[in-house]
Amino acid sequence: MASILAVDDSASMRKMVTFTLKSAGYDVEEAVDGVDALEKAQSKQFDCIITDVNMPNKDGITLIKDLRAIANYKFTPMLTLTTESGMEKKMEGKAAGATGWIVKPFDPDQLLKTLKKVLG
Amino acid sequence: MNKNVTQEVEKKDNDHDRFSNKIDNAGQYLSFTLGKEEYGVDILRVQEIRSWEPVSRIPNVPPYEKGVVNLRGSIVPIIDLRERFKLKSADYTLLTVVVVLQIGDIKKTRTMGVVVDSVSDVITVDKAQIQSAPDFGTKISNEFINGLVSVNERMVMLLDVDKLLKLEELDQTENSVF
Amino acid sequence: MSIDMSQFHQVFFEECFEGLEAMEAGLLNLNIDDIDPEVINTIFRGAHSIKGGSGTFGFNNVADFTHIMETLLDEMRDGRRQVTQIAINILLGSVDCLREMISSIQNKEEVDESRVAQHTADLDNELNGVAESTPPPSHKVSAETIITEPSEVISDSSETSDTNEESGWKIAFCPYLDLLKTGNDPVRMFRELSELGELTSLANIQDVPSLFEMDPEECNISWDLKVMGDIPLDEIEEIFNWVEGDCELDIQPIAPKPVKKIAPPVSQAEPELDTEETIATQAKEPQQPTQPEIIVEQAEVSKDIEAIPKPPTTAPKEPNKKVQLDSDQSKLIVQVASSIRVDTSKIDALINMVGEVVITQSMLGLVGENFTMDKVDQLKKGLAQLERHTRDLQQSVMNVRMLPISFVFSRFPRLVHDISSKLGKKIELKLVGENTEIDKSVVELINDPLVHLIRNSLDHGIEMPANRIAAGKPETGTIELKAYHRGGHIVIEIIDDGHGMDKNKLIAKAVEKGLIDDSSVLTDKQAYELIFLPGFSTAEKLTDISGRGVGMDVVRRNIEALGGNIEISSELGHGTTIAIHLPLTLAILDGQSVAVGDETYIVPLVSIIESINITEKMLNKVAGKGETFRLRNQYIPIIRMHKIFNVQPSSKSKMGEGVIVVAEGQGVLCGLFVDDLLGQQQVVIKSLEANYRRVDGVSGATILGDGSVALILDVPGLVRFSNR
Repeated sequence: MASILAVDDSASMRKMVTFTLKSAGYDVEEAVDGVDALEKAQSKQFDCIITDVNMPNKDGITLIKDLRAIANYKFTPMLTLTTESGMEKKMEGKAAGATGWIVKPFDPDQLLKTLKKVLG
Repeated sequence: MNKNVTQEVEKKDNDHDRFSNKIDNAGQYLSFTLGKEEYGVDILRVQEIRSWEPVSRIPNVPPYEKGVVNLRGSIVPIIDLRERFKLKSADYTLLTVVVVLQIGDIKKTRTMGVVVDSVSDVITVDKAQIQSAPDFGTKISNEFINGLVSVNERMVMLLDVDKLLKLEELDQTENSVF
Repeated sequence: MSIDMSQFHQVFFEECFEGLEAMEAGLLNLNIDDIDPEVINTIFRGAHSIKGGSGTFGFNNVADFTHIMETLLDEMRDGRRQVTQIAINILLGSVDCLREMISSIQNKEEVDESRVAQHTADLDNELNGVAESTPPPSHKVSAETIITEPSEVISDSSETSDTNEESGWKIAFCPYLDLLKTGNDPVRMFRELSELGELTSLANIQDVPSLFEMDPEECNISWDLKVMGDIPLDEIEEIFNWVEGDCELDIQPIAPKPVKKIAPPVSQAEPELDTEETIATQAKEPQQPTQPEIIVEQAEVSKDIEAIPKPPTTAPKEPNKKVQLDSDQSKLIVQVASSIRVDTSKIDALINMVGEVVITQSMLGLVGENFTMDKVDQLKKGLAQLERHTRDLQQSVMNVRMLPISFVFSRFPRLVHDISSKLGKKIELKLVGENTEIDKSVVELINDPLVHLIRNSLDHGIEMPANRIAAGKPETGTIELKAYHRGGHIVIEIIDDGHGMDKNKLIAKAVEKGLIDDSSVLTDKQAYELIFLPGFSTAEKLTDISGRGVGMDVVRRNIEALGGNIEISSELGHGTTIAIHLPLTLAILDGQSVAVGDETYIVPLVSIIESINITEKMLNKVAGKGETFRLRNQYIPIIRMHKIFNVQPSSKSKMGEGVIVVAEGQGVLCGLFVDDLLGQQQVVIKSLEANYRRVDGVSGATILGDGSVALILDVPGLVRFSNR
């Protein structure tokens, strides 16, 4: 099954996302911020990255930018989790190379639906 | 509210029943002797029965508070009821027994042991059988006696454990500022 | 599938409290003259995180409240709003309110709606007052826009469904070259389209370069798609919404119908809640599912609308919710008590220790089987090993319960900030040694005494700015709260550079209160000790800050109950230092066993200065005051343990020999006259009061190796006791 890297500095969000995805059969790993995520993404190939935007040490947008620069992650679907529904943040994400976004708050079903869209 | 005497007197499970079991509800009592008289305490309050063992003395407390013992890691005081009620004191023999009781209410319970001469048996008492205690000069003051019951021609005085073991204030204030 | 979210709630609550602490610390550290963007960002993130999580887990009232804070902070971090002290104070108040809200939710209690409403109003006023960019009313306007739009779309789609011909959409999709590099894949989009209706596609490859020139990472193909079926436009658009801007997209209905391009992004999908009425009335409308926006957002909007708090007339809650500083502070400490975070490294160490103990124990078991005398050495070695491992295990376990004292200290910046503003004084709080570790049980109990002492410094210690300048001191007073380990204790010091304590004033006050007689001659130290007497207060006027001064004797009592002591030193005009010594843990004590007649008692090492062998001759009897002993240059009073504990003296003491254990209690030295010193050991403290009673001069009991009970002496108590 596809492997997903879930990045969020909030433990409760991470757990919720992980739990939801795992129940649907995905392999999930967690990272607590952009730095942690970048490290983990380089030691293992993930099929999809889901990341929060606002995080300490390295935010989600910068993470995506950095990941896109890596050959293995040029075309990997990457989604941002954002509460900011302003177009601005979404565009920022896209400019960095994000595939798309999910707006918080979302419920587990929405998350899974979106992932299916991206992973098939 | 009747509890089977063979049931383990587990604190957690029986707390509510134990502490609400006033004399109005008939129940079972453990009877013991002190001198010539026989007394009973609510079986739900009895944690265990032990033989007498040496206590560690506590300074400056009334002499009937004999001291404390280590009961599986807790410090438990031992009270000599004979001395408490100014009965003729007896020597401690191999038969001398300590009845360990749970005093108090749901909010705060204490464990305390009382030295008695010997333990008799468990009696089942029907509410109807309990008579109020007339003041005919029993050794233990009436304020501690909830009622009398007659069992096989013996008269057993049922004790209010909480009142019985309420510790006397020391000369200095009990809840002193220290 | 439905997932039970409540399993994540507890973690979420804890995160919220941590986030709120970080926000509070950030707000206190903000220097309006020199804004540190990192600090603003941290505060913003805190609000943002709480908002996101609370929305996800369904705590919409929290989400809504936090949203306003977030908006304010967002403007500040973007530079669109000036950071003022007023704004900071409003935000600080909101942090408190939020904390209480979350705490109520966590404890399944009712949220104090009136408090929330008040802070919401404060925030809104601040937001509407000086906002430089899109003023909030426009948010409301767009909220209305969102809500009214659906009705337009509805009519559209209802038209669509009316014409019952073969309807569908024609889509010209031309991705730009770099579309693939966003991780989007046209094939996936087509798959989704095919789920909506019957899809036919025609790929245009005329722009694809030859094989040698082609860059496989670029997308040179475009498509003409046709999807048939009764499909609402927004569902088609939704499939393409991520690639908006990375492609050219033209969607045309196949049966003639007005074309609707992707609707302008409605950014303010979260309606402001300042006027609940407006939105409440509109809430009735959007029950219909379709909206011209991304499906995920739609859900958010309707959720928000449903989450409108109860009708504007919320009955005011009973006035039980205290809004003062006190209850907030104490509530906060209660949260500390409910759980601790432990470093996994500590747990690992613990597991290792247990492993060692198990190994040693089974080794001893083997030796014990078929034991013969020649195995004695092995047995001894094994026992020594067991002792070592058990001690290490004990150390590890105690370590688990150790928390950095920052848990306690973290409350104080806020306290100092609030009280110094209230008093009109300028005071800076310096924290030193916040990482010093202290047992969890001590953390819980030391808070109140520290609060009292700091309040004293704030109120009585540090002078008003004008007085300070007049005295040649810097206008801002400093209080240093310091913690460090020393010799098996933790030392906490409160050092202020205020006006110090006036010995003469203290003596005069004590005489006035009848606490000492006027002929007493006291050293400075003794004079300072006067404030610990019950009934003492030098406050010129009673303030609600530190009360009547009855606190100091309570403070000392509380500290001594913890097995510690407290000392004061001061220099008139320069400041005061209060030093508190505490044992590292409440459960275990380092003690000196002493023999008194047949009895064994334990004297806490923390109280012992030294021990001296003596004979009767070395004691001096002083008329009316008992016995004293000359120790270097002072005379210390003797407490004869046999006498006060009613123990039969041993033959040794009958001969006039014994040991004086010089101990400190109540700020004074005393000499405990005992028969012998036995040994030093660590003992586990057991309560005497749990089942029995408080005994004067005794702080607890312990169980010795032979199973018997030994009493632990309470030196300050003994001093008081013997003075009676």
